[in-house]
Amino acid sequence: MEKVTTVTGGAVPLRRSNVDTDQIIPAVFLKRVTKTGFDDALFHEWRKDPEFVLNRPEHQGAKILIAGPDFGTGSSREHAVWALRDYGFDVVVSSRFGDIFRGNSGKQGLLAAQVAYEDVERLWEVVEADPGIPVTVDLVARTVSTGTLTVAFDIDDYTRWRLLEGLDDIGLTLRDEEAIAEFETHRAAWRPKTLPIREPAESGSL
Amino acid sequence: MNAPIDSATTARPRTLAEKVWDAHLVKKGEDGTPDLIYIDLHLVHEVTSPQAFDGLRMAGRPVRRPDLTIATEDHNTPTLAIDQPIADPTSRIQIETLRKNAAEFGIRLHSLGDKEQGIVHVVGPQLGLTQPGITVVCGDSHTSTHGAFGAMAFGIGTSEVEHVLATQTLPLKPFKTMAINVEGTLRPGVTAKDIILAVIAKIGTGGGQGYVLEYRGSAIRALSMDGRMTICNMSIEAGARAGMVAPDETTYAYLKGRAHAPEGDDWDAAVEHWNTLATDEGASFDAEVSIDADTLEPFVTWGTNPGQGVSLSEAVPDPATIDDQHERAAAERALEYMDLAAGTPLKDIKVDAVFMGSCTNSRIEDLRAFASIIKGKQKAEGVRVMVVPGSARVRLEAEAEGLDKVITEFGAEWRFAGCSMCLGMNPDQLAPGERCASTSNRNFEGRQGKGGRTHLVSPLVAAATAIRGTLSSPWDLGLDTGPAAHSTTEGEGH
Ligand code: SF4
Repeated sequence: MEKVTTVTGGAVPLRRSNVDTDQIIPAVFLKRVTKTGFDDALFHEWRKDPEFVLNRPEHQGAKILIAGPDFGTGSSREHAVWALRDYGFDVVVSSRFGDIFRGNSGKQGLLAAQVAYEDVERLWEVVEADPGIPVTVDLVARTVSTGTLTVAFDIDDYTRWRLLEGLDDIGLTLRDEEAIAEFETHRAAWRPKTLPIREPAESGSL
Repeated sequence: MNAPIDSATTARPRTLAEKVWDAHLVKKGEDGTPDLIYIDLHLVHEVTSPQAFDGLRMAGRPVRRPDLTIATEDHNTPTLAIDQPIADPTSRIQIETLRKNAAEFGIRLHSLGDKEQGIVHVVGPQLGLTQPGITVVCGDSHTSTHGAFGAMAFGIGTSEVEHVLATQTLPLKPFKTMAINVEGTLRPGVTAKDIILAVIAKIGTGGGQGYVLEYRGSAIRALSMDGRMTICNMSIEAGARAGMVAPDETTYAYLKGRAHAPEGDDWDAAVEHWNTLATDEGASFDAEVSIDADTLEPFVTWGTNPGQGVSLSEAVPDPATIDDQHERAAAERALEYMDLAAGTPLKDIKVDAVFMGSCTNSRIEDLRAFASIIKGKQKAEGVRVMVVPGSARVRLEAEAEGLDKVITEFGAEWRFAGCSMCLGMNPDQLAPGERCASTSNRNFEGRQGKGGRTHLVSPLVAAATAIRGTLSSPWDLGLDTGPAAHSTTEGEGH
């Protein structure tokens, strides 16, 4: 997972609230066997409408999504985060997130920045007035700024630290690699192993 | 100066679950962070692993311990014509992906057609990989099955699968412990399945939440390993993370001589350790529940969750008599889905199908119990009876004993190993509206096929039902004593 300190790029104003994970990525895409390649699945139903904000030329290549309250509610599918990351978003700004979605985001390097609802409105206004305007999310200062507007966002210290350090769950555990290796040296030799393959003694009779 | 501490006299009495936990602590969590727990055995199947392997690939990480990892194909595999290409594209892709991943990451895989292929929870124990005192995980909720050996075994999600592949550990918060005391002697015709269905009916589908259940008492000690696995398997249906039974001579007799069981001096060292695992005298559980084995009868579910069950001699309950309003509403909805009227005697309920299989009841003893009832008889007309062994090895073993003939002469279908109609991911499904007596573990709406209706039962009840065409137990066949299935501790076949 890459370290995140600041993200600067285009932003997409998504004027909708209660965007649940089924809207973010419909269930039919869950049958896939990869963790990538979900960019086309993101907001799949809505994107069929050419007027949908994500389809507008001026928002191509955006890195920041600015959404209404209760973003990422509903089923716990991790695919919602994968799809947002795959599409190219590094940050989602909202005034409230689904709990599981927020947890999953932090683990996969997607910054879920929680701001006051009035600030979502103000950010929407600025970006809608000038769709190409760069927006900067500063994880160190915990601010979102664009043009002359700067608003503060909330994120818990632990998730912020992980994002700053670029640590996914596995990376975090691997910081304890020495302790794991040390544990393994004490493991009894008779504990079961799957390799090398051993044949059952009486296999001939079957 | 302080006297030296004698650990034998000052150690706090601990439960089986606590001992296994403590022995796997890589790092104690501080300030509310989880403990880091070492995983001894990681079981993998085709449904929950693809994205985990993909994640490793993206991050350039290897599998830390391929020698503690084993994969098999089960959920999607067909149970007929297994030499033909799999027709459903999603199933085929999942299986092909597992084969590719296993080859790339150096993981042992038992593919369709291999004699060790089968339901992941049948394969681990039969190879002797599931042993007392170890930690077992799998991206599948019924991993609790392996707790029958005194292992700490639980299901995990796909990102945890990736975590275990990469680190052989999991960050976990300790569980609470609950003792399920089952004292007494089961009557002939009453089995392990009836015990666990009664436990779930008693504590509810959420009653075990946050707990590891330890099954104790004389009725549990009298069970074979296959019976103990049936019980631990369904711990998850009571909401529990895991279920456990302390290892004893029955456990050791089952393990001895299996392919991956310790041998020689290793065996002696292992047994010495295993003998220390049982819950200490004076250890306390966070909760306790008791079940009287003497009075248990064959059990059956009438609703759409495994907690909605009663004795087979009773009638479909009237939701109006249920006090809790949520449970009442759930019961009303369940009866509507199941197309059942309150007050109907359960024995009057006709079935269209009988499914004998799943990781709950597809081991050799289950098949023996089923065959002992149907032997020399004909299935009821119009009832479709499907028998699916849990693994290719169980299938071979059954055939060596001639059980396949008993089954086909009865008019039932004898299939290849896999999850099959337990969840209908392959073509083995109920048609809408069909009613099935099933030895599996979940009677959720649509679980066995869209619109299908499931009654969870034991292998003995499944057999009697297949004969009579209505929900029945061996007691209804005019046998004064049914066979005492699941109560042998000797002479188990490997
Ligand atoms: S048999 Fe059923 S419950 Fe068991 S692993 Fe397969 S699908 Fe899951």
